[in-house]
Amino acid sequence: MAKVHVATTVNGESREFLCDPNDSLLDVLRDTLGMTGTKEGCATGDCGACSVMVDGRLVCACLVLGAEAQGAAVETIEGVASETLHPLQQKFLEHAALQCGICTPGFIIAAKALLDKNPDPDETTIRYWLAGNLCRCTGYDKIIRAVQDAAKELAHPA
Amino acid sequence: MGGYAYVAPTTVADTVALLSEHANGGRRAQILAGGTDLLVQMRSGDNVARTIVDVKKLAETNRLVIGSDEIYIGSAIASAELYENEELKGLLPGLLESSDLIGSTQIQGRASMGGNLCNASPAGDTIPAMMAVGAVCDIAGADGTRELAVEDFVTGVGTNALVDGEFLLGLKIPTPGANTRDAYLRFIPRTEMDIAVAGCGVSVTVDGGRCTAARVAIGAVAPTVLLVPSAAEALIGSNLDDAALQAAGEACTAAASPISDKRGTVEYRKKVVAVLCRRATGIARDRATGG
Repeated sequence: MAKVHVATTVNGESREFLCDPNDSLLDVLRDTLGMTGTKEGCATGDCGACSVMVDGRLVCACLVLGAEAQGAAVETIEGVASETLHPLQQKFLEHAALQCGICTPGFIIAAKALLDKNPDPDETTIRYWLAGNLCRCTGYDKIIRAVQDAAKELAHPA
Repeated sequence: MGGYAYVAPTTVADTVALLSEHANGGRRAQILAGGTDLLVQMRSGDNVARTIVDVKKLAETNRLVIGSDEIYIGSAIASAELYENEELKGLLPGLLESSDLIGSTQIQGRASMGGNLCNASPAGDTIPAMMAVGAVCDIAGADGTRELAVEDFVTGVGTNALVDGEFLLGLKIPTPGANTRDAYLRFIPRTEMDIAVAGCGVSVTVDGGRCTAARVAIGAVAPTVLLVPSAAEALIGSNLDDAALQAAGEACTAAASPISDKRGTVEYRKKVVAVLCRRATGIARDRATGG
């Protein structure tokens, strides 16, 4: 099977890789580029653990081919923190909004996509927006509270 | 075993040439739009070597034009992008709601109406809504383009009228006048992210309190989504009162030939599709009359 050569941007950095035509972007991120922050849960687009941004859209990396990343701008969990944690990351810690942590990168990426678009979402909006991110540990309430608190923090930095 | 290949042609001519070449050479080619069905199928048993032809790099499949007579929706435009278009949402609220019902935010970022139609699931949510608004498929092939109404495009469970070498460029929809609006409702046992037990798309035109045109289509209650002319006839000429809605609902029940499965029984689906028809017609009527 002929490999596909792909030139893309991941978290603002130019990256090049070779992949099989049927490799997913998730396979490429984790196995080829060694960026294991993005998790694999179901690999069928149901759980949201592999959420990443591609050209400004929230998507499941398991449902994107690596080859499709040619010329695209990909953003992953590795690009969320700067010198300090992003407020969403900080609030997830403060609210204990994670236990096993497998779903957390996906939740952070998805919640960040929401807050970038809508800085002041109500609880219903948050719950619907995050309906494609499954967590089997927390029961979601702590996650919702962390997102609400992060929204406040982003609006009025302490 | 030829393995997989990936190509992303940038013109319709190149795409058609690629598809024809594969068809003539007996090799399998598969169109990729949003990939939310295709990539799952590739991992769930249908892992047969093929050339994946990504049609998202074509201007035509990304074309969104709202004209005074016709609306064109490119086959590969992501649902999330369509839903952000307020003008489109105002003109075709039912169609947009039907695509917005599919999957999570993540799925919305990739899934396309064209893909939902071509996959031709009996429970595909956008298909009844497309039929209700009279959508016509714009199909590219070796001999140029041809048009086919959505109700003629879906030929069976997971099958469509595309022949080897053809692919779907987009949908052409008559631009609704101020007194024509649509609605789509489906029933699922939860509030989000499920497959329709039954669905119904309705478009009505209301002139001076009277319904002058209507189209009704039902989903998940037959091997294919069905246009139900008898339900439309029950609405046309009426003032869309309860009796007319009741009659249209009964026509939907009569047209339905569902199966019993884990989502619902035959009896249940036939009953629910009538309820959905009545409610969707009420919503479309209120939208068409500014209510």
